[in-house]
Amino acid sequence: MQFFQPATWVEALETKAAHPEAVPIAGGTDVMVELNLDHNRPPAFIDLTRIGELTEWGMEDGLLRVGAGVTYTRLVDELGDRLPALAIASRTVGSPQIRNRGTVGGNLGTASPAGDALPPLLACDAQVELASTSGARRVPVREFFTGPKRNAMKKDELIAAYWVASAPGPQQFAKVGTRNAMVIAVCSFALALDPTRRIAGTGIGSAGPTPLRATEADEFIAGELDWANHTRPSEATLARFGELVAAAAKPIDDVRGTADYRRHALAVMARRCLSWCWN
Amino acid sequence: MVLELRIETTVNGGRRVVEDVWEGESLLHVLRERFGLYGSKNACEQGECGSCSVYLDGALVCACLVLGGQANGRSVVTVEGLDGDRVQQSFVEAGAVQCGFCTPGLVVATHDLLHRVPHPTEEQIREALAGNVCRCTGYAKIIDAVNLAARR
Repeated sequence: MQFFQPATWVEALETKAAHPEAVPIAGGTDVMVELNLDHNRPPAFIDLTRIGELTEWGMEDGLLRVGAGVTYTRLVDELGDRLPALAIASRTVGSPQIRNRGTVGGNLGTASPAGDALPPLLACDAQVELASTSGARRVPVREFFTGPKRNAMKKDELIAAYWVASAPGPQQFAKVGTRNAMVIAVCSFALALDPTRRIAGTGIGSAGPTPLRATEADEFIAGELDWANHTRPSEATLARFGELVAAAAKPIDDVRGTADYRRHALAVMARRCLSWCWN
Repeated sequence: MVLELRIETTVNGGRRVVEDVWEGESLLHVLRERFGLYGSKNACEQGECGSCSVYLDGALVCACLVLGGQANGRSVVTVEGLDGDRVQQSFVEAGAVQCGFCTPGLVVATHDLLHRVPHPTEEQIREALAGNVCRCTGYAKIIDAVNLAARR
């Protein structure tokens, strides 16, 4: 096993190009579990924790560019006002110990359907910035997940950052689990509303092979909401929104819950998130 | 650049060096098996139990989830570094210790909480300690201990 500790982003990209099988590690909250339990013993690690720019965020070209290495703790502390759904989701990740280390870059790299940060990124139409020695490209999060724990990254690429609009309107996130902390989601849901453009975005977690967007629900609620006067949606509208979100899920029965339960819970969470956002 | 399996780090204020470390070794393993610091407990090895909680450059982390090499050049404080602290004494006095296995992790996590929030509410205590599992006490005495430490 080899351990690389690049000091710069350029050096990290060169290392990945030379060692495409090397596994990048930042907070280690996924990678170390695989290693400690001997589920996976990669030939090499690339430690990304020495690269300062991965831990920076700021506004560029009218969007927030958040470095892949910004921890969940920092998202809660520093970006709660700009990225409320992502910050709410971040607060449900693991424990303080996990939030101090875990990063959204890692969540994207692992690409688990249960990754807590992923439904908010879907709902907000974020883009993932991937980089290699050949250059950088941006992939819409909607196209990033290609299967369970699979994503659109090439072997020589690393995740540099994600790009997302500072919230133009209300956002919410909800998650079902057996505890308020330290749980992998049975299922989760994120909602982002943009009153200026009159559009809605959704994200479904842990109820399909990948995180999913409920496109029909997006379109339905964008047409139904009283964007001008901000009156509360009717019970029928809330119920229909929940039904459409549940219908967009592709859940299975597993140890954490049944497919039927997940659909039911998603409809409930969707109604709640919408009524919290638009009250 | 390939590290020559050498880790140089500051542990509890003192410089520590270890050579010939396996690249896949966790910081927890380095602390216990290379440095003989057995206070940080090895239990779940997946960040679920909090028994290996330490400070890494001032941030509360699970040592089992830090790759040894990642601690190179960093500063680590373990429960041994908090010896004699008010938190430790409060756990003893409140009877927050039964088998004691989770106690070092809880002491470090409580120390971190009180540094951030000197007078936490019960909800803040429960959220801050959510990553530290105790299978003996039922947590009531642990919360008493945190409150006792906060009053000191």
